[in-house]
Amino acid sequence: MEEFAILLDSLVYTRSRNGKLKLIADYLRSTPDPDRGWALAALTDGLDFPAVKSSTIRNLLTERIDPVLFALSRDYVGDTAETASLLWPEPPDPPAPPSVSEAVEALSAMTRTSVLPELARLLDRLDANGRFALLKLATGAMRIGISARLAKLAFALAFDVAIDDVEEYWHGQTPPYLPLFDWAANGAPPPSAENVPLFRPFMLAHPLEDTIVDMVDYVAEWKWDGIRVQLVNAGGETRLYSRSGDDISGTFPELAAALQIPAVLDGELLVRGSHQGGEEGGAASFNALQQRLGRKAVPKRMLEDYPAFVRLYDLLIVEGEDLRGLSWVQRRALLESFLPRLDPQRFDLSAVIEAASLDELAAIRERARDDAIEGVMLKRRDSPYVAGRRTGLWYKWKRDPLLVDCVLMYAQRGSGKRSSFYSDYTFGCWDGDPDQGAELLPVGKAYFGFTDEELKWLDRYVRNHTVNRFGPVRETDKSLVLEVAFDSVHLSKRHKSGLAMRFPRINRIRTDKPAHEADHIETLKALVRD
Amino acid sequence: MRADRGWIQPEPWGIRIVPADCWIDPARPVELALVTHGHSDHARGGHGRTLATPPTLAIMGLRYGLDGGGVPVDYGETTSLPGGVRATWLPAGHVLGSAQILLEHAGERVIVTGDFKRRLDPTCVPFLPTRCDILITEATFGLPVFRHPPVEEEIARLLTTRAANPDRCVLAGAYALGKAQRLIAELRLAGYAEPIFLHGAMERMCRLYEGFGIDLGELRLVADVSKADLAGQVVICPPSALTDRWSRRLPDPITAMASGWMRVRQRARQRNVELPLIISDHADWDELTATIAEVDPAETWITHGREEALLRWCELNQRKARALAMVGYEDEDD
Repeated sequence: MEEFAILLDSLVYTRSRNGKLKLIADYLRSTPDPDRGWALAALTDGLDFPAVKSSTIRNLLTERIDPVLFALSRDYVGDTAETASLLWPEPPDPPAPPSVSEAVEALSAMTRTSVLPELARLLDRLDANGRFALLKLATGAMRIGISARLAKLAFALAFDVAIDDVEEYWHGQTPPYLPLFDWAANGAPPPSAENVPLFRPFMLAHPLEDTIVDMVDYVAEWKWDGIRVQLVNAGGETRLYSRSGDDISGTFPELAAALQIPAVLDGELLVRGSHQGGEEGGAASFNALQQRLGRKAVPKRMLEDYPAFVRLYDLLIVEGEDLRGLSWVQRRALLESFLPRLDPQRFDLSAVIEAASLDELAAIRERARDDAIEGVMLKRRDSPYVAGRRTGLWYKWKRDPLLVDCVLMYAQRGSGKRSSFYSDYTFGCWDGDPDQGAELLPVGKAYFGFTDEELKWLDRYVRNHTVNRFGPVRETDKSLVLEVAFDSVHLSKRHKSGLAMRFPRINRIRTDKPAHEADHIETLKALVRD
Repeated sequence: MRADRGWIQPEPWGIRIVPADCWIDPARPVELALVTHGHSDHARGGHGRTLATPPTLAIMGLRYGLDGGGVPVDYGETTSLPGGVRATWLPAGHVLGSAQILLEHAGERVIVTGDFKRRLDPTCVPFLPTRCDILITEATFGLPVFRHPPVEEEIARLLTTRAANPDRCVLAGAYALGKAQRLIAELRLAGYAEPIFLHGAMERMCRLYEGFGIDLGELRLVADVSKADLAGQVVICPPSALTDRWSRRLPDPITAMASGWMRVRQRARQRNVELPLIISDHADWDELTATIAEVDPAETWITHGREEALLRWCELNQRKARALAMVGYEDEDD
């Protein structure tokens, strides 16, 4: 348990992704079975101990400590498990700490009647960090930003095995994942993955940029502005995976229920709604989809107001037959003949765009007014479906970004390597004619788009033009114009300007332009397509 | 609400000793000030005369200049003030020169602790528990979640991190007065003999400590060496410099912070700290409550900090107590 407690503590204070990967990988390498498997499950919220709840911890503590002192402490610390770990009265001669597996076994055996004394016995054997780790593990609320994908990457890094293999063998395995560790660490044969709805790594595209392609060899499709998903049915079970390989079936239960044929489909998850910018019955803007993201439980109302569907791009596997080695043309034909077997409420096809040349395609791309379109895709007609980005096979060609000139209003320090830089910028537009006393209203916030040199310049600018400080935020004298690029802009009740930008980034620093010549809110509003 | 003890009157900006017409740690300029220690929230410039220990006067002189108004008093030495008040400075164990002030008047004994701690600190004289009728105490860490671990454990974590990262440096944020010198002295006690590198703002205070006989080993300034020379070294700076442009001259620093607040994970994360070191110059919960029990006053008055919880503790232990709600003493970085 001590090593796990140290790992957890280090993860709390490590912000970089690589740093987290290394910490987990080191732990997995140096910890024996089955502790490392249980720890891995705990990190990815894969453990559940129904007898232990947040209220259990509170009850346990208020048996030992004055409830008023507990409440004051809890208010200050902000986390019940951490408060309890700090307040726990340590026995004078604590017995040896339990291992992770011993703790997991004990926690699994606890019932509602036995939990108070048994949890107390475990806590008595640990120090403050150990108690924190135990209580976090017991309540299943780690909240340390470790996704399932990150844990798998760390596993691959720890034992120098391919991440695609880890993804493939992981599914169907349960904690403490002994066959998985046996395969990766000891070279045993991999666990069987038959009849398991596992994730296949996505095929991805390069940006087109200056590449010229011949439309004889390539086919064009719309690039939809939703989230790329993979829907897998195998062994009587359906799962929905996000681009990172995380299982999001729970967030979109209507989709997981809609595929009943053993198959693997690749498509874009969108929500319906003509009132949200899509054509009648078509796809709504990303803004509408956002209402559904990141939810663990989905209220019925959400399912009705924002019904999800998948616009299909590709068919990878159908009824045991792996199509990934076939050409795009062959797979497309099979996808089109497969489509009638699916519920039309939940699935449609991403249309192919007829364009004889890149110029023609460019014109079509610019004319596209549908807000759910992000740009176009170019796919080589003979391309097989291969994991990752392969040069020359698929390209993405995004619609040119929208541009607006804004005035820098506030700047905030970044984190990690950027913690000494003012690198997060809030910018605004005028709510009328600045010469007639109009004011700036914030319209967005961006923290990328600039070069390292520009960042240094901006940081210096902010420091030399500060008029006010609020904690980590500085208010500037509102003299600098920034050209901001963004993909789209939507009406928003949450912002004072009534607008929210999607993907804003700093495109150019306009030292040549005086602040009063920056754009007005009205200009930005005219770009809304909601 | 005022304490009507008659001769001792707490005000939001200081504690007034009425018959002597003087103040303890006043936040505004007064004719006669009695100062517990050199931290700027307690020791301010501009008083007519300032009574304090010689190190405290030296610290104040370094920071504000005293214009000859300093009257040195040694620990244990009793000074007669007007109106029949006697004042004695007793060690508080907080920082170099820090003192509790014992006041005696008409048979009543009042102790103002100033800031204090009970742990041993190689840079200052340990707290001397003394009986009194009224104990006027701080409560900076007055919540039972604050139990500072042994300082040796924290120093060991710092040294382990340093050893594991030979290409980086450990940049520790520490209060320029007290915490920085204690951190250095504790590193020396743990056997760390390498030069320790300082932010420029630390230097004069470290030299002042050395002048009072505190050995800090070899100290060098960051400004005097190249970035490459700092790899694998320990650098100490004021907390405000941790995220300042200044830190860019260091080789990929591991940000550490030495403070009692580091006990709470969210506080450490808010400051972007990677290596929180729970080292405090204030009494933790156990020390605060043990001190009240040991000194056993008839009444406990609490100047500043998390007084609610300490009041509750006093209530649970049948002790008379009240909060004074004094302003300006909050200690965000310690």
